[in-house]
Amino acid sequence: MSRSLAHETAHLTRSPTPTMAEHSDPNAPWKTLSGIGTSAITAALFLFFLQYVPTIAAGEPVRWVIPWIPSLDVNLSFWLDGLSLMFALLITGIGAMVMLYAAKYLAGHPQYDRFALYLFAFMLSMLGVVLADNLIALFVFWELTTFTSYLLIGFSHADPKSRRNALQALLLTATGGLALLAGFILMGVSQGTFEMSQINAAGSLVGQEFYTLILFLVLAGAFTKSAQVPFHFWLPNAMAAPTPVSAYLHSATMVKAGVYLLARTHPALSGSDLWIWILSIFGAVTAVFASFMALRQTDLKQTLAYTTLMALGTLVMFLAGSTGYAITAAMTFLLVHSLYKAGLFLTIGIIDHATGTRDANLLGGLKKAMPITAMAAAVAGLAMAGIPPFLGFIAKEVAYAGALEMHLWLFVVPMALIAFALMFAVAGIVAYKPFYGPQGDLPHEPHEGPWPMLLGPVVLGSCGLLFGLMPGLTAYYLIEPAVNAVMGAPDTGGRVKLWAGFNLPLLLSLITFALGFLIYLKHQALRERLARIEAKSPDLDASWDVFLDWFVRFSKGQTGLIQTGVLRQYMFATFAVFAVTVLITLITRGAGGVNLNLAGLGLMEWGISLLIAAGTVLVLLTSSRITALVGLGTVGIGVALIFIAYSAPDVAITQLLVELLVVVLLALALLKMPYLDKGNVQKHSFPNAVLAIAVGVLTTWVLLLVVDQPFDRRLTEFFEAASWTQAFGRNIVNVILVDFRTLDTFGEIAVVLIAALGAFVLLKGMRAAKEEKK
Amino acid sequence: MNSIIFTAGARLLVALVFVFSLFMLLRGHHLPGGGFIGGLLGAVAFIIYSLACGPEETRRALRVSPEGIAVIGLGIALLAGLFSFFMGDPFFTGQWYWVGGDSYETAAFSINSVLVFDIGVYLVVLGGILSLTFAFEEET
Repeated sequence: MSRSLAHETAHLTRSPTPTMAEHSDPNAPWKTLSGIGTSAITAALFLFFLQYVPTIAAGEPVRWVIPWIPSLDVNLSFWLDGLSLMFALLITGIGAMVMLYAAKYLAGHPQYDRFALYLFAFMLSMLGVVLADNLIALFVFWELTTFTSYLLIGFSHADPKSRRNALQALLLTATGGLALLAGFILMGVSQGTFEMSQINAAGSLVGQEFYTLILFLVLAGAFTKSAQVPFHFWLPNAMAAPTPVSAYLHSATMVKAGVYLLARTHPALSGSDLWIWILSIFGAVTAVFASFMALRQTDLKQTLAYTTLMALGTLVMFLAGSTGYAITAAMTFLLVHSLYKAGLFLTIGIIDHATGTRDANLLGGLKKAMPITAMAAAVAGLAMAGIPPFLGFIAKEVAYAGALEMHLWLFVVPMALIAFALMFAVAGIVAYKPFYGPQGDLPHEPHEGPWPMLLGPVVLGSCGLLFGLMPGLTAYYLIEPAVNAVMGAPDTGGRVKLWAGFNLPLLLSLITFALGFLIYLKHQALRERLARIEAKSPDLDASWDVFLDWFVRFSKGQTGLIQTGVLRQYMFATFAVFAVTVLITLITRGAGGVNLNLAGLGLMEWGISLLIAAGTVLVLLTSSRITALVGLGTVGIGVALIFIAYSAPDVAITQLLVELLVVVLLALALLKMPYLDKGNVQKHSFPNAVLAIAVGVLTTWVLLLVVDQPFDRRLTEFFEAASWTQAFGRNIVNVILVDFRTLDTFGEIAVVLIAALGAFVLLKGMRAAKEEKK
Repeated sequence: MNSIIFTAGARLLVALVFVFSLFMLLRGHHLPGGGFIGGLLGAVAFIIYSLACGPEETRRALRVSPEGIAVIGLGIALLAGLFSFFMGDPFFTGQWYWVGGDSYETAAFSINSVLVFDIGVYLVVLGGILSLTFAFEEET
């Protein structure tokens, strides 16, 4: 390839060639506890799950249950069947190798320990997603993967682009997660159980009352997580993460959570026209769109990101079907994709590490310097291209057979053909060209990668070859148990074969190879044409920024409107809402008048009432804050006198003391405030007076209505009888506070403490601000 | 407030009111009183002192910061609840031990978790109100 072309296409690359910051010092020690420890534990988990393979293959799912919140039917229940076992093995197996790889890749990075923690936490969350049987637990793990993914994408947190991409992924997938929670709750409540295994066993939900709603909510969760068009744009951006993360989260595991969810809910939700149409169309469009985009990229990591998108689309498309071939295709493709894609990502990481670039136009001729990497890449690339005898070939054959069986085969087969042909070409670009093609200007002299980084690609590549050579064993132990789990019933099996005879799928495969080869030869020209089309088409990623910007502005606007910071307005709003709701309740409940019986009132009652009224008048007439405060205190003391008159000494003492303290505290505050501005008071006084009178009248009305009702003495009688015999106290009020309703009191004193601390911080803050001004 | 009479009187009054607040706390289970009222009274005592001698002097007299007192109070209340938890009863079940007898009628006095809880309430109310008052007083 000519140098000038390289320069011409370089500026079209969306993301710049990555910084060297994420790379390690080759001499730094990498055998740290956090690196070796996490990968060892993950490897042990892999072995743990491996021992269940024969049991699961024999058709006996395993279930563990730990009660969590039994009153809400939320349990930590785990369900290991063919589907979850395949995922668990991929997560732990690839996880162990990726962690080892990362230990070397990021060796000497000042925050490597943090990275190892995030990665390990992600691994556990992902295991939780695929093993959880309880829907609520599944949701919790689901969001944990979102959260750990956020931390990992934003790992280079000094880079604003990295932070922005992390936030984008978080917002999109967490919003989908909330929809998913709603869907799960609907599903659980309408089915009477939150255990997915029981819901699946009970049969299909198609045609039930909430089916459509549940389907849309679950699909919203699955499509955002698995980056289906039009929610796809976060995934290529997520490549801001260090390469091991891209290999692990954004190709082999986390993005497959959406696919897993569709597979897991397949017995309950599949089969309806809605399911078939939505999954076929979204999946196919994603697959074809992504494979064109993959061809268009020059950054190899971006290329792989888009091929991952293509794989996710393909998986969703095949899960639309319910026939044995369609599901077998999905499960076989899932397995082979995880193996070769993780391998290729890790290979790209090694190349990047060794040469300092990932630009497809520059890379070439690395075979001599990096023979083992070249071999590992070749093995993964052949699996990706679908060449026999690799498992990728079988996956493609089964996929074509499945596509031919589907309802929308006329649509699905051509889409699959285009996607697979493009995949063939991209495999050439990623796995052949950097090693055998012409070499460009490399920032570094290439060298072979160290063994901890080579182990993953080599093992994963070998698996792709071995599984392809032993299709019978692979099918019996891994694929068919998963297919049975997805279909919810034992399947006939026997579809995974290296040689299925001369048939239509084989013919389609040959067409794929021919077409793919042609595209590979012409890929430079195609790439430029694609870049031109891309420049004209709307950019969803940029629209996202616009949307977010608009959303933030909206929030700011409405906050400014509601939260004015003027205490008077808050109080007005609070009392107005109170008055309106009480009035509406009184009217709708048909509350009538009340008969005021003033005959029984003696001199004392009249005296206290006069005192309270006098206090109120004083507050209204004075222009001094202190005098108003004294008026309010008078009102309070009047109320305390009422309590004394009706023999409630505890309440009376409390009221008296609180009044006293309020007056003292307010006086301390008021002393420091200026005199009331008469004009300001006048301006507000009319609406305030109306509201005050309304609240006063309504409260009185409600109180009189309450007093008019016959008094229910049951609680009083209980406390009178029980406070001595059960709580050994004669003061009922105190016994209620410290014994019968201790938890309430505890909550209240916690509130007292929080309020005091809040006011303390506020006042201290004001003082600090004042001192700063000086 | 620079008044010798008030300052001299306050010193006497503070001690009286403070002892009275403890009295109210302890009698609360049978007669009007309890942790809440006691705490309010205790706060009144120290507020009088603070008005007479200033918040700095009062802080010195208290030795522990009022926020600290409130937090310790909440901790004590929580411990009173946890105690029953360790004894195998539901959270916050009152625990009673009789001294000099085996029931309320025969025992000379009792040791119980309910009073411990009330002491916690007392300290939270005392500390909370004092921290508020001091913050107001010191805000100039």
